Amino acid sequence: MSVLLDAIKSSLGSDAGCDECRYTASMLFCSVPRERFVDAAKAMRKVHALLVAEWAADETPFNRGFGIYACYRWGAEYLIVKTEAPFEDPAFPTLTKQFLPAYRFERQIKSLMGVTAAGHPDSRPWIKFEDWPEDAWPLRKSFDASKPMPRVAGEYKFLSAEGEGVYEIPVGPVHAGIIEPGHFRFQAVGEDILNLEERLGYVHKGIEKKFESLSWKDGSRLAGRVSGDTTAAHSLGYCMALESMTGCKVPERAQWLRALFLERERIANHLGDLGAICNDAAFAFMLYQMSRLREIMLRTNHELFGHRFMMDRIIPGGIAVDIEADGKELILSELKQIAKEFNRLVKIYDQNSSLEDRVRDTGILIPDKARRLCQVGIVARASGLNLDCRTQNPFPPYDRIKVNVPVLISGDVHARAWVRVEEVRESIRIIREILNTLPSGAISSDVGLPSPDTYGFSAVEGWRGEIVYWLQSGPKGEVNRCMVRDPSSVNWLGLEQAVLGNIVPDFPLCNKSFNQSYSGNDL
Amino acid sequence: MIRILKQIFRTGIVTEPLLPEVDAEIQEVGAELKKAIGKRFSRSLTIRQVDAGSCNGCELEIHAINNPIYNCERFGIHFTASPRFADMLLVTGPVTRNMEIALRRTYNATPHPKLVVAVGDCGCNGGIFGESYASLGGIDKVIPVDVVIPGCPPTPAAILNGILRAVGNR
Repeated sequence: MSVLLDAIKSSLGSDAGCDECRYTASMLFCSVPRERFVDAAKAMRKVHALLVAEWAADETPFNRGFGIYACYRWGAEYLIVKTEAPFEDPAFPTLTKQFLPAYRFERQIKSLMGVTAAGHPDSRPWIKFEDWPEDAWPLRKSFDASKPMPRVAGEYKFLSAEGEGVYEIPVGPVHAGIIEPGHFRFQAVGEDILNLEERLGYVHKGIEKKFESLSWKDGSRLAGRVSGDTTAAHSLGYCMALESMTGCKVPERAQWLRALFLERERIANHLGDLGAICNDAAFAFMLYQMSRLREIMLRTNHELFGHRFMMDRIIPGGIAVDIEADGKELILSELKQIAKEFNRLVKIYDQNSSLEDRVRDTGILIPDKARRLCQVGIVARASGLNLDCRTQNPFPPYDRIKVNVPVLISGDVHARAWVRVEEVRESIRIIREILNTLPSGAISSDVGLPSPDTYGFSAVEGWRGEIVYWLQSGPKGEVNRCMVRDPSSVNWLGLEQAVLGNIVPDFPLCNKSFNQSYSGNDL
Repeated sequence: MIRILKQIFRTGIVTEPLLPEVDAEIQEVGAELKKAIGKRFSRSLTIRQVDAGSCNGCELEIHAINNPIYNCERFGIHFTASPRFADMLLVTGPVTRNMEIALRRTYNATPHPKLVVAVGDCGCNGGIFGESYASLGGIDKVIPVDVVIPGCPPTPAAILNGILRAVGNR
């Protein structure tokens, strides 16, 4: 038995049902009555589980109401707790008091699905803008997604602070640099940040709704464009969730090559981030050096796999492109060069006192806060949380590779940069191991189609952190709902907390060290 | 400091003389571009990049044209933080409903005469996101576009080439 399921059962007794389990594989699932949804969360909190995601699905095609799902994690275990709300009374009790990340998940459920979290402290919409019609709930089945929506009048109320010398700085959505759009509202006294409020949703493209109009196979292309810099990890997440629904067995060789793509994506992005963090501390030298190394990797990708980011190279059932013997040699010699130069550059980073002055003790997210905010990925690992799907919930081939996960506790900009440094080194080692053990054989197999009313789930460690996909098939076996949880959905909350008490000029540095995706959050 | 200098000398100049993928084209356009930018933009073309809803793939490649290998600054191209200083808007993504107003405002804040370049398949026609309740489709649905650069995402060489085309066009 499992810790999470035991905890739920001992606390809820016979109220927790898990007979109608429609998950294949080893997914833990249970359903509880609506009034006991919070009790389940309390039981989860008691055993120190983390909230992974909370979402709703419109289940009217099955003649049910709305399904509200909360996914918890404890070590290697994932448990999905479901409750139902009838169509006429779309509401459920809020989990925000138990788990802080529910704060945004529930605002999003209300905004896009029209299901209210009763007792939620904040009734403002999230992702949905003030000029949307109030009853526009795109994730409901009755919503026509193909038509443009009319604009209505409305105003978004930012939190405000008052007092002598308190002033407000609005930033965005079009920022100073070449980055995605979002809006930040600072309350500051002098240079010190009193409060930061993020307002995201500018790049909401209706991705989750779009999945419902695509075939299962085309979905992986869309998943690869949820966040362009994480294209390999996102398409892998989608494909694994789909494969878990259909019982598809991916060939060994494809599994190993998928890991190769994942690690290459990690290195390339970390190199870019390290350069950008240093650049925000006015150390442009590192930006140019690191972006040069990054370019070398992207060119190898292009030469070997036909795409600089390896978009659409991971497909349901396997992968789309194989690697030959000379490709293997090319990667090994490329890594040798990168490893050598990287180590030289890291030494410079580490021994530059003017850089140290900016990155140390800046933007601290203390471990306790990181835990309460259920942070994932690099952010979590820089704040003392040892979380990594590659070691804790190992999907093949990581069940056969030992991954050393760097964990730092200082939680500052330096810690987040240093986690990246260690991960680049580790990923280089992993790629060498992958190339040495690469089995031969086919690179893809048939996927088949899911049967009606089944669920698929996957958790994949992207370079930012844990990516979660949850799929549900409809009465005819079509896509009924595809829930995507990018690490950014939770980690954006961490940034808001980390900048408090810092000075406004350090915000770019903090922001860069988090480097969360806007597109992956807004969906 | 010694280490930094050493690394700089060791690296040397990595800027590529001309881009192999678009070599022939750039041979011609590159020279013309320099001339065009020299004449029409006083040797400096200033770009404001706007993400109107992309997946951030195009942004990565736009960043790349700034790296020492493509080094767009040698052509007199650089990026600015304010649309008020910009000669050109480099716009990515399908325009989302939530970005439409911001994009219009940025366009209006850019002084005339201005060039608009739509980057990527999404910028051309909405790409995989198409037109929906949340996405308006290509950039030209909202503001007039001079040149489009297809690709998902287009390579840095293609982006540079597209910028050159836009400058050479008029």
